[in-house]
Amino acid sequence: MPFKPVILWTDALIYLLLVVVIIFAWYVLRNEHLLTPWRRVGHSVSGMMALTVLILFISIGLLDTVHFRPAIENSGNPNIEKVYGVQVLSLLDVIVTPLRTSVEKTYSAPFATHLYTKETIELAEGRQVREFPRLKFGGAHLHNPEAQFATDVTWRTVKGVGLGLFIWCVFVVSLVMLLAYRSGKKFIRTLFSILRSETEVPWNAVFIVLALILSLIGAAMMLSTHYHIFGTDKVGQDVFYQSLKSIRTGLVIGTLTTLMMLPFALLLGIMAGYFRGWVDDVIQYIYTTLSSIPSVLLIAATVLMMQVYMETHPELFDTIAVRADLRLLFLCIILGVTSWTGLCRLLRGETLKLREMEYIQAAHAFGVSHWRIISRHILPNVMHIVLIATVMDFSGLVLAEAVLSYLGVGVDPSMISFGTMINAARLEMAREPIVWWALLSSFSFMFTLVLSANLFADAVQNAFNPRVRTLSFTNRKVVPLVT
Amino acid sequence: MLNYIIRRMFYAIPILIGVNLITFTLFFVVNTPDDMARMQLGIKRVTPEAITKWKQDRGYDKPLVFNSAEKGVRRFIHTIFFEKSAAMFAFNFGRADDGRDIAHEIKTRMLPSLAIALPVFLLGLVAYITFALVMVFFRATYIDFWGVVLCVALMSISSLFYIIGGQFLISKLWHLVPISGFGGGLDAGKFLVLPVIIGVISGAGTSTRWYRTIFLEEMGKDYVRTARAKGLPESIVLFKHVLRNAMVPILTGAVSVIPLLFLGSLIAESFFGIPGLGSYTIDAINSQDFAVVRAMVFLGSFLYIIGLILTDISYTLVDPRIRLE
Repeated sequence: MPFKPVILWTDALIYLLLVVVIIFAWYVLRNEHLLTPWRRVGHSVSGMMALTVLILFISIGLLDTVHFRPAIENSGNPNIEKVYGVQVLSLLDVIVTPLRTSVEKTYSAPFATHLYTKETIELAEGRQVREFPRLKFGGAHLHNPEAQFATDVTWRTVKGVGLGLFIWCVFVVSLVMLLAYRSGKKFIRTLFSILRSETEVPWNAVFIVLALILSLIGAAMMLSTHYHIFGTDKVGQDVFYQSLKSIRTGLVIGTLTTLMMLPFALLLGIMAGYFRGWVDDVIQYIYTTLSSIPSVLLIAATVLMMQVYMETHPELFDTIAVRADLRLLFLCIILGVTSWTGLCRLLRGETLKLREMEYIQAAHAFGVSHWRIISRHILPNVMHIVLIATVMDFSGLVLAEAVLSYLGVGVDPSMISFGTMINAARLEMAREPIVWWALLSSFSFMFTLVLSANLFADAVQNAFNPRVRTLSFTNRKVVPLVT
Repeated sequence: MLNYIIRRMFYAIPILIGVNLITFTLFFVVNTPDDMARMQLGIKRVTPEAITKWKQDRGYDKPLVFNSAEKGVRRFIHTIFFEKSAAMFAFNFGRADDGRDIAHEIKTRMLPSLAIALPVFLLGLVAYITFALVMVFFRATYIDFWGVVLCVALMSISSLFYIIGGQFLISKLWHLVPISGFGGGLDAGKFLVLPVIIGVISGAGTSTRWYRTIFLEEMGKDYVRTARAKGLPESIVLFKHVLRNAMVPILTGAVSVIPLLFLGSLIAESFFGIPGLGSYTIDAINSQDFAVVRAMVFLGSFLYIIGLILTDISYTLVDPRIRLE
């Protein structure tokens, strides 16, 4: 085999999460009453636009989750056993190999062909001059950058956008064909009803976002192989590559933390509400105590202790990747332990209300066991709270990662994340002339991710909890399915 | 009333004991003082004598909870738990790694923290309520819709970007105020303008949106319909009836954070170089000064509990229907 698969801890948990999500989706699809609120999510314009963007981010994150160690080339000798490199790569790394390997000397601006700092260059006749040297990779294919630059960039952009729009057309046509087939209408009629926004699911909005995304990806693909489209950082690494890698870290923090906190919150919250009495008192005491410590301080204290543990037990972590990964996992656990109290309180309140319901009283009278009442009657009826809390927490956790990494209690410094990027870029703003691209890049990626997560969370909340309408905006011409 | 407050104070004691136990477990049981000494002195080349000396200097050389070498009560008093954790109830936080008294540091640093946090809190409250009212007044129009969109967008920006962007724009590009620093007396004003403005803006999205939801919920109640039915104009309904009733959850929510204002803001203070409690905590985290972090955790939860008590009291003050039992 030319590679050896590596499953880091967070990878395993992400796969687990994926399986859980797929089973949940399969279960929802088979139950009409569970599907109804999801239909409402599907009818929200902002929610579907946000979901389209989120799917893009999630697929980048998943590509970055499939890790392996490539084999080191040996000179065709079959007798020597295969040796695998220590460097752990992911599928994303392979796809964007040109970005990963084209490392410059130091800073260079976006689309630059020359370095950002002057260097002493020795000319052929032995004279020395101070000037901006050419980059090793950025625009290296141009013989005369001043003259060729504009046409080259324009041509590549046009080609990339064209490619993106072509893929978009193929996608749109096949999707409309599928929709036409399922509704039994003609292709043209389906297309027109989408254009006039007469469909329940706002496909026209989704198509607009998709066109934007695909043309951006196309342009980025064409340009980034020959230029550093977001510049390079202090050690010459491509900033675009770093931004892509940051996405996984953000997603892991946002999702795995919830996975970590759910068992605590569900078990303790339902137990407190269901059994009441001393169980309730003990659980209430625990979460009041935990939530009375300001969360940043608790996280900082716990992470500090974790650092001490990792420093004094170096034998447990064999490679840098494993170490960084375990630290990320610990951070998720710590964030989970400190943030379950809010959801626990909500679940306790809801269970208190539910246990007085007549159908549960009836179940008691029939002698149904506690465990069965909880799992069959209470758990399904608090799931909407869990779901809303999960999607609402996501964006906050992505933002928290940046702040914690800035405070020095976030992810491992060797792990690329939005926090470490901002932290490194912070001092660059004070340089003269200033280096602004790393900050701009991390800002735009993070803003897009968090904004779409917020909009999607809003749509989910509106659909599952219609009492609180925050930002609802659906295709007006459609009569709502359920009022 | 006084009776209630006193009883409420007694409820706070078990919670503070719980916090104390958590910090004790975190700082002394998960990692022994030996581990911390090794971490501070360097992992590889460290002699047992150096560790013993490090522990002696900080008073960590005693047993954790039970000192069998002593007699009587002293068996429990001469322990790390009593001297380091239980002593915090008397606000005796011990000394930081640089030898300074932590309690004294906290006293002197509280004021600069408050100088930023209080204006941010007050200005923010006024500004957010005003914006939320405007949005509710024009509800279901484009002003409301784009207002919410703006709020969601503001929410989606990390607070780090607000600070970096604000410093760059206002201080570096326009040279309006100094980029960071702090001065005493009237001089402090010019240093405080920027952090306060940025503080207000960075909290705008979440709070305005939350207040809007509260107002909207209040708008759906029966008394509002009655007020409209008897012919009151919309502005009077909104400003006289809805605003007053919605102030109950808003004010009580606000009261609960007042004590925490003393703690200041971690990031803002370190970016603007303000010698408050926030930057003190950050410095302690970066230099791994465990004593200071421990003290701040205890202080933070102490202030939080005071906030809870104040919330309960303020409920009765603004809403006479609520009786304290």
